[in-house]
Amino acid sequence: MAGDDGSRRILELVRQDEAVLLQRWVAMAVAPLQGRLTPAELAPVFGELLATLTNALDKGDLDIRSDNYAGPRALLAEMSRDWARRGFTPTETASSVFSLKETLFGLADGAGEPHQTVLTISRWIDTLGLYTFEAFARAREQVITEQAEQLLELSTPVVKLWDGVVAVPLIGTLDSARTQIVMEKLLQALVDTGSERAIIDITGVPAVDTEVAQHLLKTVVAARLMGAECTISGIRPQIAQTIVALGIEFGDIPTKATLADALLHALRGSGVDVVRQLRPGRRNS
Amino acid sequence: MTGAGSVAQMPIRTGDDVVRVRQLVRGHAQAVRLSLVDQTKLVTAASELARNIVTYGGSGVVRVDTVTSNGRTGIRATFADSGPGIADLQLALTDGWTSGAGLGLGLGGARRLVDDFDIDTEVGRGTTVTVVKWTR
Amino acid sequence: MERVPILQLGNALLVSIQVDLQDDSVVALQEDLAERIVATGAAGVVIDISAVEIVDSFTGRMFASIAALSRVLDAETVVVGMRPAVAITLVELGLSLEGVRTALDLEKGMAILDGLAARRGIEDQDPDDNAERPVTPGAPAP
Repeated sequence: MAGDDGSRRILELVRQDEAVLLQRWVAMAVAPLQGRLTPAELAPVFGELLATLTNALDKGDLDIRSDNYAGPRALLAEMSRDWARRGFTPTETASSVFSLKETLFGLADGAGEPHQTVLTISRWIDTLGLYTFEAFARAREQVITEQAEQLLELSTPVVKLWDGVVAVPLIGTLDSARTQIVMEKLLQALVDTGSERAIIDITGVPAVDTEVAQHLLKTVVAARLMGAECTISGIRPQIAQTIVALGIEFGDIPTKATLADALLHALRGSGVDVVRQLRPGRRNS
Repeated sequence: MTGAGSVAQMPIRTGDDVVRVRQLVRGHAQAVRLSLVDQTKLVTAASELARNIVTYGGSGVVRVDTVTSNGRTGIRATFADSGPGIADLQLALTDGWTSGAGLGLGLGGARRLVDDFDIDTEVGRGTTVTVVKWTR
Repeated sequence: MERVPILQLGNALLVSIQVDLQDDSVVALQEDLAERIVATGAAGVVIDISAVEIVDSFTGRMFASIAALSRVLDAETVVVGMRPAVAITLVELGLSLEGVRTALDLEKGMAILDGLAARRGIEDQDPDDNAERPVTPGAPAP
């Protein structure tokens, strides 16, 4: 009942002059954002939000988790996703919703509303603002996941070094997930380019553990099963020591100290050789 | 626990049933969008387990369903037979990575292909193997 | 029952596996291959698995059987076109496909068979020859 009364009073305040209310709300929300968002951009969004909120208030409902608030929740979730993507902070996003409080307080004051109404407004907007904060957190997690995937894609390029020779220069720490992706991309590249030789260069990898070493091994064996040869290059002294200390059997997997050595080895294996000219740029007579 | 994928069941008696089991499992795996490699691993494991039943278990049944846990979706396949059961489970599970030793049941290999692996067996009672592959 | 078609490609026989093979198709394939190797005097067999999505231990044993069968009949076998997902799975399964040669595609598989046949050609000419002799008969020894 208090809820009903409260929702009715808020609805009346809003309906006094909805256009002005919206304008003030937008202005107050945009103010701390230092020009990163204009009133013209925000007005349609908040206008739609206000409309769905008044619909819910009209049903006498102040519980934003109820079905009546499905509309506002959807809009707030969408707004949070959008603002998260655009680089706004969770506080900025929630604060824009909280700024509706001040606008409504102003109207309540002017209408001589009892203290109770002000409390009701405050609680109601709190729940809306907190929901926005939550939605923002979820949206941000999703953005981070997407960016992590993109980073993974970018950091595992497979390059064609020569006809029939592809290479993956790995940079940074390798974890199980990343190494598996590298494996899949490399093997697929063998098929796509019709290459019989692959080089995995780990010069840029600071450390290798048992799991990663196992994955590298499996990649080599898988390549062999497909009819290709895989060489590991760029094994730094520390990594070599780790491999030995961990008791990992590198068996008959071809390894080369540098990518250059591995390339030469691969070229010679396919019948190509590199010859140094006596006088660079001019043919030998 | 069961998602919209519904539970499907199929008898396993002949070599031709092994092919049908593969198709059944693949269908479920594709429905939850398991990656291609994960699909291949799961279907291959299913093929091994179904083939075991045909070769050693006499006859049996496979149940395939979609499961969820902590927001992840997975495909679960349960292979049950009323065959002789496995006497030495440890031996059956130890296949060398390259040598393929053990009892030739390929259980060790099948286990490596899936995320969750459970086996319940007793001589004279038969064997039930349950495997799950989760989406990442 | 579907019999897998066997095509002749030069001095080799080509088997292209398109579908999940039923057990009796596997048996029939081995019988048909044995017959055709003898009938044509083929020196090589190419098994194209580029359309194969699943290779389990049963299928792996089939390849090994075909390779052994061919060798007895004086032919070499190459399995070509293995998909990356299949290769990754076989490694995890622990299946080594010992005794089975593989190549990336049909062209490279044929090149391997040609190379093997050429080497055998030299050995057949004079059993005492070793690999250091020049390929062209009649040319002076180094």
